[in-house]
Amino acid sequence: MTVLSVTDLTMRFGGLTAVNDVSFAAERGQITAVIGPNGAGKTTLFNCITGFYKPTVGSIVMSPEVGKIVQLEKLPGHAIARKGKVARTFQNIRLFSGMTALENLLVAQHNALQAATGFGVLGVLGIGRYRAAERRAMALAKYWLEQTDLIDRADDPAGALPYGAQRRLEIARAMCTEPALLCLDEPAAGLNPRESAVLNDLLLKIRAGGCSLLLIEHDMGVVMKISDHIIVLDHGKKIADGTPAQIRADAAVIAAYLGEGDEDDPDAPLAEGAA
Amino acid sequence: MSPFVEDLKDAASVAFFAFLIFGPFIGLQLGDSMSGNLTLSSRPEALALAVGLTFLARLALLSWGRHRPAKIAPGLGAKVQKGGKFIAPALLVFAVLMPLAPGLPNAYIDLGVLIMTYVMLGWGLNIVVGLAGLLDLGYVAFYAVGAYSFALISTNFGFGFWECLPLAGILAACWGMFLGFPVLRLRGDYLAIVTLAFGEIIRLVITNWVSLTGGPNGMLGMPQPTLFGLRFSMAGGPGTFAGFFGISPTPGQRDAFLYYVILALALLTNWVTLRLRKQPLGRAWEALREDEIACRSLGINVRNTKLTAFATGAFFGGFAGCFFAARQGFISPDSFTFIESATVLAIVVLGGAGSQLGVVLAACVMIGVPQMLQSLQIYRMLIFGIALVVIMIVRPRGFISTRRPTVSLGKAKAIGAALISQGKG
Amino acid sequence: MAYALQQLINGLTLGMIYGLIAVGYTMVYGIIGMINFAHGDVFMIGAFVGIIVLTALAGITSIPLALLAAFIFSACICAVYGFSIERVAYRPLRGSFRLAPLISAIGMSILLENYVQVSQGALERAIPNLIPGGITLMNEDGFVVQLSWMQLAIIVVTLTVLAVFTYIVTKTPLGRAMRAVEQDAKMAALLGIDTNRTISITFIIGSALAAFAGVMFLLYYGVIDFYIGFNAGIKAFTAAVLGGIGSLPGAVLGGLLIGLIEAFWSGYATVAYKDAAVYSILAIVLMFMPSGLLGRHEVEKV
Repeated sequence: MTVLSVTDLTMRFGGLTAVNDVSFAAERGQITAVIGPNGAGKTTLFNCITGFYKPTVGSIVMSPEVGKIVQLEKLPGHAIARKGKVARTFQNIRLFSGMTALENLLVAQHNALQAATGFGVLGVLGIGRYRAAERRAMALAKYWLEQTDLIDRADDPAGALPYGAQRRLEIARAMCTEPALLCLDEPAAGLNPRESAVLNDLLLKIRAGGCSLLLIEHDMGVVMKISDHIIVLDHGKKIADGTPAQIRADAAVIAAYLGEGDEDDPDAPLAEGAA
Repeated sequence: MSPFVEDLKDAASVAFFAFLIFGPFIGLQLGDSMSGNLTLSSRPEALALAVGLTFLARLALLSWGRHRPAKIAPGLGAKVQKGGKFIAPALLVFAVLMPLAPGLPNAYIDLGVLIMTYVMLGWGLNIVVGLAGLLDLGYVAFYAVGAYSFALISTNFGFGFWECLPLAGILAACWGMFLGFPVLRLRGDYLAIVTLAFGEIIRLVITNWVSLTGGPNGMLGMPQPTLFGLRFSMAGGPGTFAGFFGISPTPGQRDAFLYYVILALALLTNWVTLRLRKQPLGRAWEALREDEIACRSLGINVRNTKLTAFATGAFFGGFAGCFFAARQGFISPDSFTFIESATVLAIVVLGGAGSQLGVVLAACVMIGVPQMLQSLQIYRMLIFGIALVVIMIVRPRGFISTRRPTVSLGKAKAIGAALISQGKG
Repeated sequence: MAYALQQLINGLTLGMIYGLIAVGYTMVYGIIGMINFAHGDVFMIGAFVGIIVLTALAGITSIPLALLAAFIFSACICAVYGFSIERVAYRPLRGSFRLAPLISAIGMSILLENYVQVSQGALERAIPNLIPGGITLMNEDGFVVQLSWMQLAIIVVTLTVLAVFTYIVTKTPLGRAMRAVEQDAKMAALLGIDTNRTISITFIIGSALAAFAGVMFLLYYGVIDFYIGFNAGIKAFTAAVLGGIGSLPGAVLGGLLIGLIEAFWSGYATVAYKDAAVYSILAIVLMFMPSGLLGRHEVEKV
């Protein structure tokens, strides 16, 4: 069952074509990774899917639940999260640094809470239905704080958390929107091997919970270990699409990553996970 | 070379600059001759005084600089916040009881009303600038819309103060949303100039649409607020406050009543703000200030959030304007200049953007102190300008530069200013 | 037709003055990212120094010499003002968050206005027209379209000043330093550029431009008071934003546009609402072009 289907996606910025006629499908309940050398167009692709760019050509179809279809490429950014149930994290972490970890997670549940406030009035007056919604929101926030091992730091300002904790908080915040697809932009960037292993476990737990994942990643340890399906981009075009085993052996992928006789260890990008 | 000689050389060069700066304006004076031509006279003593004072001041600043602590009262903000538990209720009790003090000169109650009006304006602007991080330089527009709405509705349709109050708020809120639309996509400084421009447009309209607003002559004849229908008239008799309670009428009764009206309005503003901060809407405002892009990715409709911030801030500005018009009985465009917007913004920034208590303290300082310096009439604004510069240099983050989280699992900890974003909007 | 031409000439002249002030605004904004609210008041100071110099030299027979003295002296004094304002009110707050420098700037503006009011009185000051006469361009049904020598002088002086200024910014090491600091102050510092000095020089040049504009305003309108800076400042700021803040040609373009809008609105509609027309057009333009007409569209990297 496809959860996200991208067809003929092209993104042009003036004379530069960042994404060139890319098509792929991400399956429900799976972890799909998008990899490729720097400048391949991965983040641009992401930004098209999550609504930060409007694609020049192409269609993006999301299926938040079985039987429901949402056309993403025309929707405004916030509607993609709301109707399409697509959540994302950012390459340069974007937390609400002046707010606590807990507050960050409550902001993520804005729409659910706002609906229960009855145009704000019930909320201001503190009447029944809102109280229940608030309790539920706190419970969900607590759940994800526990899952990301941040429960002890719930009341700390997000900006003061160490880097690894900030990355996990961003994931927890995205999960609090109860998405069907979680898009992660280089979640392992800057993490040491131990932290990467913890990240892997977290992502697998998220998958087990029924959420599909789409991730951009350079760390092959993470990619090869946990992905079910890999897409490879190079210079804006898709050059490979398959399981980790297929990708590892694909000649075009090897050429794209290694070029012509590279320095360093020629096997490094395609080796089994480092962790 | 000893530090003192260094200081002397530094102060001497500063004095030279001062000579160039003060020379044309303090050293010389333009005047009119009998024939109407311009003349120039010199004031060497005044110039020497100005340059001399600058020299000494610089010398003093340099020596103090060697011995002073790193920051001015660094713990002030935290201490005030901790004491905030006591300061806020204490201030409230003081505010409520003040007019009842026997023998209190009316001037103090008037001052209280003035400060309270600015506190309310500050709390209203705080929603836009402090919580949502939207740089609004034209807040006076909502004040004006509230005041003129009240004036027009009451004189044309005969409604009283209490009936007009919500209407004034709503009309101001509509103007707030109307302002909000063009500025939705604008970054900070573009937003600032457009809000300033809208404030000026309002002022130009009320100055020039003479048939509607009386133009520069203003409007008068607005009704005073009543207490459950009882008027505060000096004539006494039935239907008035004094007549109802069988006491002799004094101006103090009316003044005290007005004081309590603005106190109640201000407290209402405060209560709504504090409640909203704990609501998804208030949290969305603060999240908007912190990172607009992240908000969008979480499904928050940024456009609506911005518009409600403008509208809510405007609503309370309108309330304040309505009260102002009722209290004075007369309004004119002179009361609604950019200086007002700047003053309210300065109060919000000096308070420590986002802090309710900070706004109160800042209003007391920024409004209370100049009022007491009334005697220095023409120097008042000059000192005001100097004070703004000095205060910002000394305490750029305001009185209360920390933020209290709205919800916590354990014990809520104050968040330091360095982490709090100022918003890009 | 003749009427429109006259409005065009008037508008362009006024627009040149606004453009000159706007360039100063945009330079400072580009380099330290803050709105220098006091810039309009430096323009006012320039006008006052101009009138003081002209009054002092009232006996001189050579008017061009007197004017030259007024321009030069005013530029020098305003340069000192600009330098001092930056050192006193802005430098201590550099790197601080954005609201404090703004309030400091507003305070500085209020300070300057009242300083002049207190020291020179609140009355308007006037001088006679020092460059009378002009050329008649057209005569249509008795309506004379005239390009006065004053207007011509303003246009020529402004264009010359802008040309010199553009040369400085694009061809000299100083200009390169200014552009480097504008793009990335930290990196510029690491490369050995004295950012403090560069910023000071930017303020000095901007203030000198404002001084020129002030003296020209004095000559053109003949009447000044301590409050002209506020209005001119807002208009110039509007011009800078309209053109795209940070863009020098944008500032000039914005200034010209505003001058034209004012002239045509005054000429064909009402004088009373000319400023409202300017502000409304600003709002409309920004709605469709959020970075101004020639502004760099800053794309935030997601």
